[in-house]
Amino acid sequence: MSTISLQDTHHHDNHDDHGHEHHQDTFLTKYVFSQDHKMIAKQFLITGIIMAVIAMGLSILFRLQLAWPDKSFPILETFLGKWAAGGRIRPDFYLALVTIHGTIMVFFVLTAGLSGTFSNLLIPLQVGARDMASPFLNMLSYWFFFTACVIMMGSFFIQTGPASAGWTVYPPLSAVPKAIPGSGLGMTMWLISMVLFVASSLMGGINYVSTILNMRTKGMDLWKMPLTIWAFFLTAVLGILSFPVLVAGVVLLVFDRSFGTSFYLSDIVIGTQILPNEGGSPILWQHLFWFLGHPEVYIVIMPAMGISSEIISVNSRKPIFGYHAMIYSLIGITILSFIVWGHHMFVTGMNPLLGGVFMITTLIIAVPSAVKTFNWLATLWRGNIRFTPGMLFAIGMVSFFISGGLTGIWLGNAALDINLHDTYFVVAHFHLVMGSAAIFGMLAGVYHWFPRMFGRLMDKKLGYLHFWITFTCAYLVFFPLHFLGLDGVPRRYYAFTEFEFMQKWLTVNVLVTWSAIIAGLAQVAFLFNFFYSIFKGKKSTQNPWGANTLEWTAPVERLHGNWPGEIPTVYRWPYDYSKPGAEEDFIPQTIPFSQTMSSNLPHDFEGNTEAEKIQADWEFNNKPAKDTE
Amino acid sequence: MSLKKLISTKTMAALAVILTAFASTSAFAQEAAAVATAKPVDMGPIYKSTLFYVLLFLLLCLFIAIVGKAMKVYELTRESEGKSEGINWDLVNGIIFIVFLLVGLYGVYWEYTVHGNMILPDAASEHGKKIDEMFNITLIITTIVFIATHIVLFGFAYLYRHQKDKKAYYYPHNNVLERIWTVIPAFVLTILVLMGFITWRSIFYKIEDPNHKPLSIEVTSSQFQWDVRYPGADGIVGLKNYKLITAINALGIDFNDKHNLDDQVADEIVLPVNKPVRFILTSKDVIHSFYLPHFRVQLNTVPGMTSYFEFTPTITTDEMKAKTNDPNFKYLLLCAKICGTNHFNMQKPVRVVSQKEYDEWVVKQATYLTNDLRKTFKLPLLADPAAKPAAADTTAKDTTAKTNQLALKK
Repeated sequence: MSTISLQDTHHHDNHDDHGHEHHQDTFLTKYVFSQDHKMIAKQFLITGIIMAVIAMGLSILFRLQLAWPDKSFPILETFLGKWAAGGRIRPDFYLALVTIHGTIMVFFVLTAGLSGTFSNLLIPLQVGARDMASPFLNMLSYWFFFTACVIMMGSFFIQTGPASAGWTVYPPLSAVPKAIPGSGLGMTMWLISMVLFVASSLMGGINYVSTILNMRTKGMDLWKMPLTIWAFFLTAVLGILSFPVLVAGVVLLVFDRSFGTSFYLSDIVIGTQILPNEGGSPILWQHLFWFLGHPEVYIVIMPAMGISSEIISVNSRKPIFGYHAMIYSLIGITILSFIVWGHHMFVTGMNPLLGGVFMITTLIIAVPSAVKTFNWLATLWRGNIRFTPGMLFAIGMVSFFISGGLTGIWLGNAALDINLHDTYFVVAHFHLVMGSAAIFGMLAGVYHWFPRMFGRLMDKKLGYLHFWITFTCAYLVFFPLHFLGLDGVPRRYYAFTEFEFMQKWLTVNVLVTWSAIIAGLAQVAFLFNFFYSIFKGKKSTQNPWGANTLEWTAPVERLHGNWPGEIPTVYRWPYDYSKPGAEEDFIPQTIPFSQTMSSNLPHDFEGNTEAEKIQADWEFNNKPAKDTE
Repeated sequence: MSLKKLISTKTMAALAVILTAFASTSAFAQEAAAVATAKPVDMGPIYKSTLFYVLLFLLLCLFIAIVGKAMKVYELTRESEGKSEGINWDLVNGIIFIVFLLVGLYGVYWEYTVHGNMILPDAASEHGKKIDEMFNITLIITTIVFIATHIVLFGFAYLYRHQKDKKAYYYPHNNVLERIWTVIPAFVLTILVLMGFITWRSIFYKIEDPNHKPLSIEVTSSQFQWDVRYPGADGIVGLKNYKLITAINALGIDFNDKHNLDDQVADEIVLPVNKPVRFILTSKDVIHSFYLPHFRVQLNTVPGMTSYFEFTPTITTDEMKAKTNDPNFKYLLLCAKICGTNHFNMQKPVRVVSQKEYDEWVVKQATYLTNDLRKTFKLPLLADPAAKPAAADTTAKDTTAKTNQLALKK
């Protein structure tokens, strides 16, 4: 009951409205059906980590098949049974692996695991709120997500296997069970899981937006919020506006599959059996899916951008370069991301005029992305960079974002996309820019805010080992894949054995698979570090990184309600690092300008003439004193 | 020293864990082996080899743990001697960034030269040349940016690594700089967009030249094959209807449309060089993608929707064999959209030949219309099913082609 005693010692007038802090926590209310945003964040994180390990395992399985297509691994049969009969993965199961790997990574790890963890953890702590706007909705959000995960994984235990039409589940392949075994019950489970997932994500998103807009502490105006909060805010807005469209699409697909409607189906003959559906269009699904799907990739990458911006600034001991430009570019990305979805559909046969329009909007979105990149580089310039593991991962995130973002300029160009569409070039592109970059943003966040979550530090040497192996191997995995794409090798091929021209890539596949395995094993360093440090890690101080943001003013003990007394008031922006004239190289947001007279700059007062006058007087009075010293 | 004791106890504990793990897994393995004797496959050696790799990994973990402990000891002794902290990790990481940069730059050079030489040969079509031009320009621009930003990123990481008596430079913004790096990418991207837009339009908006009509070929995709239909002497691919599909009429060709009577079936796609060809793309079941990488051609085939791709092949297969120095060179049609279990093996050979060779080849192809189909559509039977309609004289072909083109447009 440390919370209560702390409450008593720091008794202030205005925390009486937080009577809920005094009730008894049982195991069930504290760890399972918790309504504390910090605990929910941890639930999201650990579930996300488990899902990531599973999805990574799936990817190693299909990488084994690609590297050694004619070799048998009898051990696989032990675990997978008929799906790996004779120790070789079956083609339909290969597609299931690819599909579920994609679905888990995009939705469960990089959306829920990333946004869910850090939005929940940081929004109340960084804007200065006791908890989320609706803690109950927040709890439901986690449990809907958890149920979605269970149902998705459950599809591995049914006769016909999991969904296997690719993570984009294009009908008719996904709609007609006869087309592929995975489109039977497995696909139904995929759709149910997705609906639950979207419900979870909406409950989370509404909570994030209302908390940020309504529950900021005194002094925390929008232009004093850390970039993390801006990123989470815009991500939540994106999610709220685009996820419902996916549900609409999913519901129509459920209707087509189960109730005989024809939203997506027309003129279909399986073998010689003519299906009765008429009048639908498979292209409709693609429009609905990518109307979510493209904002989705920004839902994945924007939190990673926010986290990296914050970590790079803290560990360079420098203000983030171009704070306003960083926010405007996030806003630009948010708006533009709604009108670029068609670049996934250049070669679907939709009107070529649309292709031209979507090419223009797509390439425009590269501009704010470029601004962000240059601003990160400028933040590093003349910094005093501390290489904490979090910082290394943030730098890695910038590197992947550049490498993967540049190939986006190729794919966004409709003319080039003709030959690159659905090849390994696309695989390489998005695994760098949204896979690796986002996961590195997430890992950076875990290392950086681990002390905030568990009151302990992760081991930095294991962190270094983890970073360097993962960083190197990720490049070894994805860089060569571009060239397969440039040679016209399509993605989602079970084996390269049927085409003579693909034989030359088999050795590359072996290299890629070994790199993937080593990268996978390197995650053991992270997992050990993570779980060991929760219990045995070095105890953290209140502000281990010397950061300015509000979360580091809350006590290490992680109270329900965050601050024992009054919520601190905010006086300045969050990036006053290494300000000339200041004693230390950071000035937390809670320090008023009156206490930092020696370091105040005219710009700080934003045109407040009275404050400027006080500052001028002080400078006048202190100048002679300085000279005499 | 107590530290030493700690290490030894920890190491002993780790060893004990590994040993028990070994013992228990080997016990499992033996059990499994015992069970396996009943089965045809002996799993014993397999479990053993799996165990071998697991042990190898555990050994590696142990090694890392020992190195980690050694470092800790080193740091603690430095500390107890009153010297500065043991290892300067900021320097170490800074140096690794520089090494990574140098090795990475070499790696990129190696990739570009070695794997870069293994990619598709130059485009074998007219519009493909324009795409290749765009490709080269984009490649050059993005490579420059890629290399430059990475030199800056990793270079800064090394140069501005933490040093004790240094303070970072407070530099929150510079509007001029920010304007520069907004405007320059915007400018470069505008150029790329304009070029891309013009290229894209030139590919998909063809002006019909009545004297130079493209050859129409219909391709129907289904799980996991491509059916190719040549228009026959009239130059027109006739109507079809999916509702007419039966075991003998796999494409659902409607033989009440007289344009269908001479339509020909082909096992491969043969194209005359330098003659525009217009592919009519349809699908029977799920979405597939008609992908001819050498010609820079790709378009999805969608059930319920017909799509078209027109292009002009410019290099014959034989010329390409000489050009790529590969006597086995083949043009290929692949499926690029996930379509089911055998997606990875849905191919069709493509051959580009001279007009003369094409003319010789095309007359040898059988018609779709067989006597069985004639019965179903109540058409007069042919005495000799092997007989093919002779190639009509060219003038007749042209006139019918024109009228039917109009009909098709309706």
